[in-house]
Amino acid sequence: MIEKEKINWIYKKIFTIRFFEERIKKIAKEKTVPGYLHTCIGSEAICVGVMAALNQDDWISSTYRNHGHAIAKGCELNEITSEIYGRKTGICKGRGGSMHISDFSKGMLGSFGIVAAGPAVVLGAALQEKINKSNKTCVSFFGDGAIHNGAFHEAAGLAKLWDIPMIFVCENNGYAEATATDWHLNTKELSDITKAYDMLSYIGDGNNVFEVYDISKKAINEAKQKNTPIFLEFKNYRFSGQYEGDTQLYQPQEEIDKAKQNDPIKLAKENSSKYDLNKNDLEKIINEAKEEVDKAFDFADTQPWPQPEDALEEVYVNYPVEINR
Amino acid sequence: MTIKTVKDAINDALVQSFEEDKNVILMGEDIAGGKGREQYQGTQDAWGGPFGVTQGLYTKFGGERVRDTTIAEAGFFGAAIGAAMTGLRPIVELMYVDFAGVCFDQMMNQAAKVRYMFGGKQKVPMVVRTVVGAGFRAGSEHSQTLYSLYTHIPGLKVVAPYDAYDAKGLLLSSIKDDDPVIFMEHKRLYMTSCEVPDDLKPIPLGKGRIRKEGSDVTIIAIQRMNLFAEEAADELEKINISCEIVDPRTYSPLDEELIFQSVKKTGKVIVVDESNPKCSLASEISSLISEKCFSDLKAAVIKITAPHTPVPFSPPMEDFYIPSTKKIIDAVKKLKDV
Repeated sequence: MIEKEKINWIYKKIFTIRFFEERIKKIAKEKTVPGYLHTCIGSEAICVGVMAALNQDDWISSTYRNHGHAIAKGCELNEITSEIYGRKTGICKGRGGSMHISDFSKGMLGSFGIVAAGPAVVLGAALQEKINKSNKTCVSFFGDGAIHNGAFHEAAGLAKLWDIPMIFVCENNGYAEATATDWHLNTKELSDITKAYDMLSYIGDGNNVFEVYDISKKAINEAKQKNTPIFLEFKNYRFSGQYEGDTQLYQPQEEIDKAKQNDPIKLAKENSSKYDLNKNDLEKIINEAKEEVDKAFDFADTQPWPQPEDALEEVYVNYPVEINR
Repeated sequence: MTIKTVKDAINDALVQSFEEDKNVILMGEDIAGGKGREQYQGTQDAWGGPFGVTQGLYTKFGGERVRDTTIAEAGFFGAAIGAAMTGLRPIVELMYVDFAGVCFDQMMNQAAKVRYMFGGKQKVPMVVRTVVGAGFRAGSEHSQTLYSLYTHIPGLKVVAPYDAYDAKGLLLSSIKDDDPVIFMEHKRLYMTSCEVPDDLKPIPLGKGRIRKEGSDVTIIAIQRMNLFAEEAADELEKINISCEIVDPRTYSPLDEELIFQSVKKTGKVIVVDESNPKCSLASEISSLISEKCFSDLKAAVIKITAPHTPVPFSPPMEDFYIPSTKKIIDAVKKLKDV
């Protein structure tokens, strides 16, 4: 039984992320913002389902496809949007951009642009939690492409060896950049790779936010109880291209059409009555989400640009000479 | 004579090398794209790398020689080393040079050293093609140049062409070269074009080029910085200041003689490098000049580089980060008055 407040939160977040990413797709087409944009349409249920099982001060890492994680983890919409617009009031003061949306005060260790950079960083945070006998949950999000990278395997091996109760969350969205997952896997199931580390793993439907929540919650408890890392694989479909502007020629239409039947937003809507959310309440949540997203984009558009010299700030905590201009 | 973009010139050099030598192979992430969806029409060769540079090679030469990889640079870079030692001429694509970190060991400790430390019996004829450069609003992890990172390592050769002519000629040489070569392509130059003869001969590594002759000040410009150097020289010409632009083109080996000749002529030097300043190509070239041409210098060498910061995302900050035409003009004027 999930409490009412959490159900409302889940619905609010899942719609906020979808509206947000649709808006990003629009501005990408209009070329109104600078830089690379990677949207997470199709991953909303994973972002929200996992985060529903976390507290605000639990630790996560994300990737260049981070908008959904940041929104679900509680980062301010205005600040996320301003960052994407490159403005001074952005969440990273305009220094990071879309690929690096991250707020440490909301439990984000970072959004890394290098594939598989996150798991080892989260391992370190989890090690700290262990040493300090604190109990915060530590979760690393990454895509299916990351599982071929050495950094992932090294983190997985150490996590198991050191009895670190961190959670590896693999979003198996069908594509590693422009390469199909069913081609790049050497095992039948992606999570079979954890066998080499004798690591517990569970597979879930990444389109069903309540299933994701349920599996995540159980896994977090089990990991802490048994002092062991757990690998979660959530299967979904990347409706977005690798980046905005990607022609997506490699994604056949019939595959997209089939995936649409399991669109996480569609499923969430269909399931709403099961969670005692009546039509009016749902509509109210949807409208609120839309309104907040629209407001955030209006806000970002009015925000000041950074000064050129702001580029020189915060390279170090402490540096005894002026950074070369 | 045909007008070619840098992107097409590189593709031409790859095609020509594939046709000339059956031992040339290409490996990288989505260098074709669409792997696993071949049964659908129009999915093959969907990318050609993120900038489309290798598009068409998979269709033309097949998946045996044009191999899409997983996101596992350490794996396929290492594989390129073994393949090169045993007879192939692999070209590997490092999608962005910023990813150098995940496969630097392969280049620094294996590719660069096997010939030397195993007694000169082996050679590693491989090429790393990689994309460098700021100005794309791509943030801190997709915008670096890192020229000096590789130049620092004995055993590696480093090439960074500015225009399509040099890109083709130098890539042809790099692929024929028996040593590991890091071939750096600037993302802001891909769509720039110039005349490239269809039968262009390979351009030897270690030979620089005078892009513009002049007599007052020498501007040594690295890769995209040639663009700003040319703009600055044109502006300065209007006020009767004559600049000589030296484009070293390759950084290991470096055409020191060409640089020294120009320094002897003008006695005033500016080095323009998009990289961070510490231990950079700019500081290396500047120190060489101070050491070898001290008596020819009429003023201290001026370095124009990015500041000692990561590449920021937001346009006003990124524009400030990148050296500019104005900064070159100001520096030339300062030197002119010496």
